[in-house]
Amino acid sequence: MIYDVAVIGAGIIGALTARELARYKLNAVLIEKCNDVAMGTTKANSAIVHAGFDAAPGSNKAIFNVKGAELMPSVTAELGVPYSNNGSLVVAFSEDEMPELENLLKRGIENGVKELRILSAEELFELEPNISKQAVAALHAPTAGIVCPYEFAIAATENAVSNGIEFMRNCEVQAVEKAEDCSVLKTTQGDIKARVVVNAAGVFADDIARMFGDDGISIIARKGEYYLFDKAKGHVVFHTVFQCPTPMGKGVLVTPTVDGNLLIGPTALDIEDKNDTSTTYPGLMDVLNKAHKSVPEIINTRDVITAFSGLRAHSKTHDFIIGFSEKAPSLYNLAGIESPGLSAAPAIAVHAAEEIVKKLGISDLNESFNPVRERPIRFRYLDDEEMAELIKKDPRYGHIICRCETITEGEIVEAIHAPAGARDIDGVKRRTRAGMGRCQGGFCSSKVLEILSRELNIPYEEVTKAGGESRILFGRTK
Amino acid sequence: MAAALKARELGVEKIIILERSETLGGILEQCIHTGFGLHYFKEELSGPEYAGRFIEQIRQSDIDVKTNTMVIDIDSDKVVTAVGPDEGLLKIQAKAIILAMGCRERPRGALSIPGHRPAGVMTAGTAQKYVNIDGYMPGRKIVILGSGDIGLIMARRMTLEGAEVKMVCELMPYSGGLARNIVQCLDDYGIPLKLSCTVVDIHGRERVEGVTIAKVDENLRPIKGTEEYVECDTLLLSVGLIPENELSKSAGIELNCITGGPDVDEMRETSQRGVFACGNVLQVHDLVDYVTLEAQIAAEGAAEYIKSGGTDEKKYAYAVHQEGVRYIVPQKINIASEKDVDLYFRVCRIYKNSKLIVKIDGETVISKKKPKLAPGEMETIKLKKDMLSKLKEDSIVEISVEESL
Repeated sequence: MIYDVAVIGAGIIGALTARELARYKLNAVLIEKCNDVAMGTTKANSAIVHAGFDAAPGSNKAIFNVKGAELMPSVTAELGVPYSNNGSLVVAFSEDEMPELENLLKRGIENGVKELRILSAEELFELEPNISKQAVAALHAPTAGIVCPYEFAIAATENAVSNGIEFMRNCEVQAVEKAEDCSVLKTTQGDIKARVVVNAAGVFADDIARMFGDDGISIIARKGEYYLFDKAKGHVVFHTVFQCPTPMGKGVLVTPTVDGNLLIGPTALDIEDKNDTSTTYPGLMDVLNKAHKSVPEIINTRDVITAFSGLRAHSKTHDFIIGFSEKAPSLYNLAGIESPGLSAAPAIAVHAAEEIVKKLGISDLNESFNPVRERPIRFRYLDDEEMAELIKKDPRYGHIICRCETITEGEIVEAIHAPAGARDIDGVKRRTRAGMGRCQGGFCSSKVLEILSRELNIPYEEVTKAGGESRILFGRTK
Repeated sequence: MAAALKARELGVEKIIILERSETLGGILEQCIHTGFGLHYFKEELSGPEYAGRFIEQIRQSDIDVKTNTMVIDIDSDKVVTAVGPDEGLLKIQAKAIILAMGCRERPRGALSIPGHRPAGVMTAGTAQKYVNIDGYMPGRKIVILGSGDIGLIMARRMTLEGAEVKMVCELMPYSGGLARNIVQCLDDYGIPLKLSCTVVDIHGRERVEGVTIAKVDENLRPIKGTEEYVECDTLLLSVGLIPENELSKSAGIELNCITGGPDVDEMRETSQRGVFACGNVLQVHDLVDYVTLEAQIAAEGAAEYIKSGGTDEKKYAYAVHQEGVRYIVPQKINIASEKDVDLYFRVCRIYKNSKLIVKIDGETVISKKKPKLAPGEMETIKLKKDMLSKLKEDSIVEISVEESL
């Protein structure tokens, strides 16, 4: 069969684009080279919905950021993804930085960002008592927010699949052949034919474009390292706290996460190896030192739960590349989607889907499209009565697997059997938070492994951490 | 279990044990090595055997047991909320509560070891469960970071299962484990213990392929130029235990920043009257025998509290750790206490031929020669009744280590 559209890459951009395409009467497939969705840039970033004052007016970054941030509350509500409109602050730590703050304010207004205002030091300390007393002023953007990017991509994929989009995992595009009326993607799962191919391959978008004969894209992997702190530190700040951008970069942010942890980072280092998501000693020290400048209370790693790094897909053009390729007319590029990509994603997806169906000459809507994806049961948020009732209905919800985050067997089973559900331990973790707490899976990983083995009907030895060769066990003991 | 049995013996009628696991016995169930019970039973038992003795007594008693039942909240009125697949949601109004939730292992994240995040990095206890309970091998070529007791035990266990344990790296210049474990688990099998050494990088995208180790200086910072690549498929971590006090916090109980457990008095009563704590949730122990004794003390406290209704006003003297001592449990002593009080504590580093000094309000009451003191071995000192009679409200009991030259 020939698909109308094949979307390469199930990150937040690919997932939301697939979901937008599902609104139309068409056949589409979302293909992902990893064992799960959200395995690249989407998995590891600042999880911020930017207000939109950073990017140069008129750029794709500016336009889609502002629109995306506006769509964010409704899209996340439809998809059952927690979103918090906590607002952001760019803090100036000396009078020298004031012109930059003014600059950002001006740019923000030009970009159409609402409610921007510069706060005095007193106003700032009122909002955020733990900010360094060196602060002299701050740009307050009440429209900024936080969202969990992988939960967002998982929800978007689930919703897309529920609305008829196919999802294929472990499906890596290795070459592309041109047929008369379609492109043939040579993948690790066989040939996939599609009339239009969406390139949402993140840091590998240039490789995909090149397979289509489009060598106009160049993506640099820019590594960002982070520390995630225990929920005990979740209320150190309420807003997302940025530092003034300098020629050296945007500085390090300190932000709460929607799940109640504290996140600090990122560094910014261009690297050669697009698979290198290792953390480094200098990188992590740098994050800690810079975060300490904003919030003096952050001085050591005592309450750190984990450290991670992610790769931003930085385009040499410094802007998002959005649109049909000039050299390969059936290729729709969504490339170079670095910050504020997550914020812009809902708007990029709507725009891309509109352009693609126009090109395909499809205008009929998918009448059965349901934009709502119910949020899976979150046992920990139920009240006593709801808990009692749920356990009576299904005792698996009374069996707590992850002690740190209070995650039940019922939730894990649900995550495995969801559309495009979890296939590995990290997949369960991202969907349910089992193993995401302070013990980092010390107690529950073996139980999650057991549940995966049972529900997927595979032996223990074949359960992986994150697909591929990431097996946990090596066979039986003597 | 020890606390429940003791409370029953002391006449407490309605007792319930709430246990989140499928079985009683806690972590002992996976500790199939021997060495348990030497003090308490004067016998060398395995973990399941030690636990089994208590399980048998519980079975024969009328103590109510709910396994597979996890407490999710304790409020300040001693209402315990628990859930389980069989029980649904339970709410229990208790007169007294004994906390015995144990501890968890410090994970990789808490150490900030840089590098990749592949499969094959796990705590020694998780590996122990895979091997001893599930019967699966979590690795074949192993490096162990941290020489805590579980790490040492697992070095031997994995070797016996045919794995190659390449080394145990310890950040500190001494091991955090029991001396007997170093001999029986490492020396006997020729496994090198590398002191002042840590893992500075983890390699491998999907499964661990190797680690880089390095020597550390006196500030515990890796020394450039001492890095060494070690090929392995598994990194086991035995880098400390953390009392699991999330429930205690929700109950408003004050915690000690050194032990990570509640501040308690000599009956193991926490800052919340009628709530007691014992075992690894109070302080991380080396020997289960001491845990049992501590549980029995907490049970005595709870039984007494139920009888008296908790109306007595306690006046406290305070135990203060001085030079060379990291912490003392209990942190406070009721001056009306009529029994001898054992003080448990750990020293900060290894001492040879030193003296332990106990002072009450500046006056030395005990001075005891110690050929060797190590942080890995919990120490205990008895305050006898005659010494306790010196205590006044707000008296200070100090313990210090004096190095003899």
